[in-house]
Amino acid sequence: MNPNTIAEQANRIADEAHALAQQAQAAAQTVVPATVAGGVEPFIFLFAIFLMACFVGYYVVWNVTPALHSPLMAVTNAISSVIIVGAMLATGLGDSTWAIGFGVAGTALASVNIFGGFVVTQRMLSMFRSKK
Amino acid sequence: MSESLTALAYLIAAILFILALRGLSHPVTSRRGNQFGMAGMAIAVVATLLHPNIHAASYARIVAAIAVGGSIGVYIARRIQMTALPQLVAAFHSLVGMAAVFVAAAALNAPEAFGIGHPGAIHVQSRIEMSLGLAIGAITFSGSVIAFAKLQGIMRGAPIIFPQQHRLNALLGVIAVALIAAFVVTGSQPLFWLIALLAFGLGFLLIIPIGGADMPVIISMLNSYSGWAAAGIGFTIQNLALIITGSLVGASGAILSYIMCKGMNRSIINVLLGGFGTDTGTAAAAGGAAGERSVRSGAAEDAAFIMKNASKIIIAPGYGMAVAQAQHALREMSDVLKAEGVEVKYAIHPVAGRMPGHMNVLLAEANVPYDEVFELEEINNEFSTADVVYVIGANDVTNPAAKTDKQSPIYGMPILEVDKAKTVLFVKRSMASGYAGVENELFFRPNTMMLFGDAKKMTEEIVQALH
Repeated sequence: MNPNTIAEQANRIADEAHALAQQAQAAAQTVVPATVAGGVEPFIFLFAIFLMACFVGYYVVWNVTPALHSPLMAVTNAISSVIIVGAMLATGLGDSTWAIGFGVAGTALASVNIFGGFVVTQRMLSMFRSKK
Repeated sequence: MSESLTALAYLIAAILFILALRGLSHPVTSRRGNQFGMAGMAIAVVATLLHPNIHAASYARIVAAIAVGGSIGVYIARRIQMTALPQLVAAFHSLVGMAAVFVAAAALNAPEAFGIGHPGAIHVQSRIEMSLGLAIGAITFSGSVIAFAKLQGIMRGAPIIFPQQHRLNALLGVIAVALIAAFVVTGSQPLFWLIALLAFGLGFLLIIPIGGADMPVIISMLNSYSGWAAAGIGFTIQNLALIITGSLVGASGAILSYIMCKGMNRSIINVLLGGFGTDTGTAAAAGGAAGERSVRSGAAEDAAFIMKNASKIIIAPGYGMAVAQAQHALREMSDVLKAEGVEVKYAIHPVAGRMPGHMNVLLAEANVPYDEVFELEEINNEFSTADVVYVIGANDVTNPAAKTDKQSPIYGMPILEVDKAKTVLFVKRSMASGYAGVENELFFRPNTMMLFGDAKKMTEEIVQALH
């Protein structure tokens, strides 16, 4: 047998093994939480949290006094920029240039919002004074 | 930091965000609430930085991005004029939308960073969540950019309408759904960007037919969208803080849209179909009709005389006050009147201004104590006991036709019942009608005195005459 063919074969087998390993890893990721939770998809848990949070949001926001609706918009703007964690993870864990690029851009945009949103809210709220 | 610990930190951040909104139930607790929000954000950011697998080299990138973005944010937030708040908020919404697009794109390129598969082999469910987050984020971005342009005056506030507009939008919506389905099946990069492009276009087309005066609803709605976009991305990257916060913000924006619609007695569909009102463009058209009927007009001295002899005055400000920057002069006027022993209160209609709560912030800026400022339901019974109502920069929200004239486009809208007061002083630049294009019956009533002039100048002249 020609050493070249053997090398090629070995290469192919290695590739296959790599692909299998990736599949196993991917499968493990979905299986582990599922077994812990007794066969329920992790999505269901996230969805349950999502629905609960919608209800919490509904009741909390109805409690906001109409006089503070502008600060409410500014502060919700700031907190929705917690999307920055996604951008940071992409920057820090991504391997491709594109992923890192998008991550950095997302981090910068969300930071504008976080700092801008909280500062402008603080500015607004500091103006609300009572008669004394 | 272990993954469970990180998840716990995100949960704490989310709870702090809930407390931040809770604080806004009263001005006294609101500042503490905002601090809770900042603390929550700090925890979320630090927890992410402590993620064990972050490449050492990327810390510099992350910190640099935060420093650049943060300084821009602080700079803008410090310098912005309070009258320009609506456009600032619109601009911030667009950034959340764009950030959602970027994070979706990053997740597509680095799925292993979020444990959702491998490049070219992302889990089907994650593809659904990713494309939804992407589409909503992109619509939020371009829609907010248009809202910003209209509020800032870069674009005319008047609705932009063309034939078959709604059919085109519906068609684009159907195509978007089809593209998302195709992306979920194939996971292809070009399809991803096609969805983004289409959603950008859709956001643009959805907002251009909406008039400037309907912006309070639109800003609230885009606020809601930015929340849902964040939640969609939260599902994609399986992040608790993002899912909880996204739904809080989504709910908040939806409630504000509902309140604004109710304040105009219109359905959200009616607002979204657009074409209502022409912003400030109707001046000429309405001028003719007014000429036939006589109005009583007066000068600042007359107004000052009437006010001096009153024991209770209610001030009803509208968007015109913001445009004229008359809030400081207004507060000066009420200071003088209060010193004379007159009781002064402010009445705010839910849709006064260009965003929810806009008038309250402007009055607070002028040092008007918040306990002198009342919402429509709180104060509507008091107009009958008021000697004088000073209407400044408001029009449609005082029009009695909303209660009596079934043909009127504003019929059914809750109004400030200023006509019940003994005397109505109406500050206006001309006899032009408001954004609804309806003539205000109030101008011709015998107990109404029109004060023609710029809101700020007129108020300043009254202050001088009062001295």
